[in-house]
Amino acid sequence: MKNTDYDIVVIGSGPAGLTAALYAARARLRLCVLEKSATGGQILVTDWIENYPGFPEGIGGVDLMEKMLAQVKGFDVDITSTGVSGMDVSGPVKRIRTDDGEITTHTVIIASGASPRKLGVPGEAEFFGKGVSVCATCDAPFYRNRVVAAVGGGDTAVQESLFLSRFADKIYLIHRRDELRATKILQERALANDKIEIVWDSVLTGIRGGVFGVEKIDVKNVKTGKTDELQVHGCFIWIGIIPNIEFAGDALELDSSGFIITDPSMQTSVKGVFAAGDVRNTPLRQIATAVGDGAIAATAAAHYLENL
Amino acid sequence: MAGNLLEINDDSFEAEVIKSDIPVLVDFWAPWCGPCKAMGPVLEEISKDFEGKLKVCKCNVDDSPVTPGNFGIRAIPTLILFNNGEKANQMVGMMEKSKLVDAINAIL
Repeated sequence: MKNTDYDIVVIGSGPAGLTAALYAARARLRLCVLEKSATGGQILVTDWIENYPGFPEGIGGVDLMEKMLAQVKGFDVDITSTGVSGMDVSGPVKRIRTDDGEITTHTVIIASGASPRKLGVPGEAEFFGKGVSVCATCDAPFYRNRVVAAVGGGDTAVQESLFLSRFADKIYLIHRRDELRATKILQERALANDKIEIVWDSVLTGIRGGVFGVEKIDVKNVKTGKTDELQVHGCFIWIGIIPNIEFAGDALELDSSGFIITDPSMQTSVKGVFAAGDVRNTPLRQIATAVGDGAIAATAAAHYLENL
Repeated sequence: MAGNLLEINDDSFEAEVIKSDIPVLVDFWAPWCGPCKAMGPVLEEISKDFEGKLKVCKCNVDDSPVTPGNFGIRAIPTLILFNNGEKANQMVGMMEKSKLVDAINAIL
């Protein structure tokens, strides 16, 4: 076995990465966790979680992250705040290029998660932070007694629209189909909420405003072709996610949507490289599935190390 | 407040930021904002890495609504870099430390 800086390098510190770190630390492996911005990942922008077992009253995203972090730190895991810019994983010694230099390791667990997908409509980039948002828990209080739009029809779009309704006077939920994709219990709540008006069969085509930010949006009905202009102060976009894997180059096999393909032990197409959580081609992207992935990946990595 | 972070408000903004002898990074945040909270450790590291060269301040937008209003802030975390009392860079959302360091080095 060649000399390396670490046995395991975990990229990302959301639920998948933290769980992998927990298992690796308890296996007494030489471990390094890399985080490019802030520990916690997407749960940081999740207002309320009631589908993660063990919290019968539900739990806030930040609270859950802090509990997970405290548990991991209890096993003396250090989280290094640095980004990953590239990696060479073809040989038995994996080289990870970080913003603070290169590190070597026998195994890598990629748990870098995913980021909100952009619509790519005019005004979206220009008004980001000036009315365009992807985080209701961050920005909803800026829209007290205002009218806002939300785009999407999945769990995130519906759950966060419900959160927005605590602040905003009215929410136009713009959805391109004639039924929501979100979990039934969330759909029921949205349909019963008199502040939420669902704009069915429609897409957002543009965001307009002035020096003070967003003022109106353009909406098009995909069935009738009719266009409409809505006066709003904000526009929240929740149309799915894209995996955070710019650093992986073409080293790993991806599915047609760009997510990393793994086998049931979270092994990627490259031996010694594992993927866990939202970044991989999983059928379900939840905290409950991410922590399972992380546990499997760390255990599989430990097994791989034993056979080196 | 931990580290070298300085808590400022609408009243102290002029003295601490506009009239500062060295560049200032202001973090506009609120207790209800998860990503703001999570950025805390990154900002503490920055304040230590650039000690003496950069002042790092936090401004709670709930307690001090005037200052963020003046800068058109409708999303947090928003980070603004001030140099010689003028806005040099305004950044929205969770930031990678390396990008923040690049933005700071660009004005130092």
